[in-house]
Amino acid sequence: MTYDLSPLLLTFRLAAVTTAILLCIGVPFAWWLANTRIRIKPAVEALVSMPLVLPPSVLGFYLLLAFSPEHWFGQWLDRVAGLRLAFSFEGLVVASIIFSFPFLVHPIQAAFQNLPRSLTEAAQILGKPQWQIFLRVLLPNIKPALLSGTVLSFAHTVGEFGVVLMIGGNLPNQTRVASIAIYDEVESLNYAAANFYAGVLFVLSFLILLTVYVINRKAPK
Amino acid sequence: MIQASINKRLHGANGEFQLEVNLEIAEGEFVALFGPSGVGKTTLLRCLAGLEQPEQGGLIVNGETWLDTAAGINLLPQQRRVGYMFQDYALFPNMTVRGNLEFALRKGASKKRVEELLALMELGELQHRKPDTLSGGQKQRVALARALASAPRLLLLDEPFSALDAEIRSRLHDEVLRLQRQFGLTAIIVSHDVGEVYKLARRVMVLEAGRIKTQGVPAEVFSAGQTSGKFRFTGEVLTLEAMDVMVSLTVLVGNQIVRVVAMPDEAEALRPGDRVVLVSKAFNPMVFKLGQDQENRE
Repeated sequence: MTYDLSPLLLTFRLAAVTTAILLCIGVPFAWWLANTRIRIKPAVEALVSMPLVLPPSVLGFYLLLAFSPEHWFGQWLDRVAGLRLAFSFEGLVVASIIFSFPFLVHPIQAAFQNLPRSLTEAAQILGKPQWQIFLRVLLPNIKPALLSGTVLSFAHTVGEFGVVLMIGGNLPNQTRVASIAIYDEVESLNYAAANFYAGVLFVLSFLILLTVYVINRKAPK
Repeated sequence: MIQASINKRLHGANGEFQLEVNLEIAEGEFVALFGPSGVGKTTLLRCLAGLEQPEQGGLIVNGETWLDTAAGINLLPQQRRVGYMFQDYALFPNMTVRGNLEFALRKGASKKRVEELLALMELGELQHRKPDTLSGGQKQRVALARALASAPRLLLLDEPFSALDAEIRSRLHDEVLRLQRQFGLTAIIVSHDVGEVYKLARRVMVLEAGRIKTQGVPAEVFSAGQTSGKFRFTGEVLTLEAMDVMVSLTVLVGNQIVRVVAMPDEAEALRPGDRVVLVSKAFNPMVFKLGQDQENRE
């Protein structure tokens, strides 16, 4: 018996795109958060961490409202960028970025904060511009945190269910990711297919995490 | 020629105080900032490097204005061309020894300078090692070489040798002096080690609560107030033991235990744990050279 592989492929495509965008936004943001002294820093940190404690359905509900063509934000997006985020792959990407943000930002922010200030200062005194210090001194010295942040947000996106269900629904090849497919197959009493998807996710998640722990153990601190 | 005046409010262990220093340093001079911790020595150095900004002040190095708060000029550390040795060395852990030196080169500088410094500091064999695998003294040499690789106009040393043991420290002192003379560098070292100041600096400024209390040649500054021909040691009383007409004191001086006698009226006020000063007049002390065997072997 063959199973439809598209939910699995869609899941990994979603996770890959989400993680790639997250890295571009999240790493500079984590650096900013580690160094900023603005007053509202606690509020910013609380907002970033919200997805850790909120039920995914809460976030999904508000995103669904905001993305809907009835809402001004949804209308604005449609008019300016031609984007319709409700029940679309792009919508899932946006939601996943928000939802996985703390998983990427937290380890990286902590790593930036743990680097001695004197490293940055030494590079400044040696005449290096800020971007070069960031790329050549700071980033290479937080590699383990970069790796765990990347993997955690990837794995977390793979495992997402509530948000996807709320704003993505169950459209084949669009929003029908593996976690939704499992739910769907169980509802139609198709346990064999559900078992297939669940098994693949189980094994892959384990392998990904195992790789991280092995690499982090080998890497000198 | 360096002219600086730095004014900055500091929060010390004993409340707030004002760092208020004016100094003038000739080109090629080696100056020491001396004093206990928390008097603003490091802050002064950081202001010179541009890592901290004073509320008021000015800094002119070889005719270039680096800082002038009245005119709103404050060059970034990147624009100042100083060499700085941090207390924690601040070597980049992701780069090899050679990588650290190459990173320090200014734009357009020849890589020959790295080769030269590696040879000069005897780092050739360590050049492909990462800083984490080096000993304290080795890291120190790399940090010094890196500071020099950027061809600084002013070398700032923030207690760079305090974490090293005496023998390595003395060797590094020699190297710093040699390099400072060879490159004709103006250098400022922060130190609270009298021996170090004696050895390295031609002039010492004693900082107290943010101000320069005295300055001059180390030999004069440090001997002022201490009568020559007398030895003075501070120590801690360990035990008091009454003998017939005298009292025998055991005193810990440095890490040596000394036994001295005192008159009963002198000893009356003393308790174990008290800090005391021992003064002894020595007309003709015996002098032995230390570590001769070790030096012959080298």
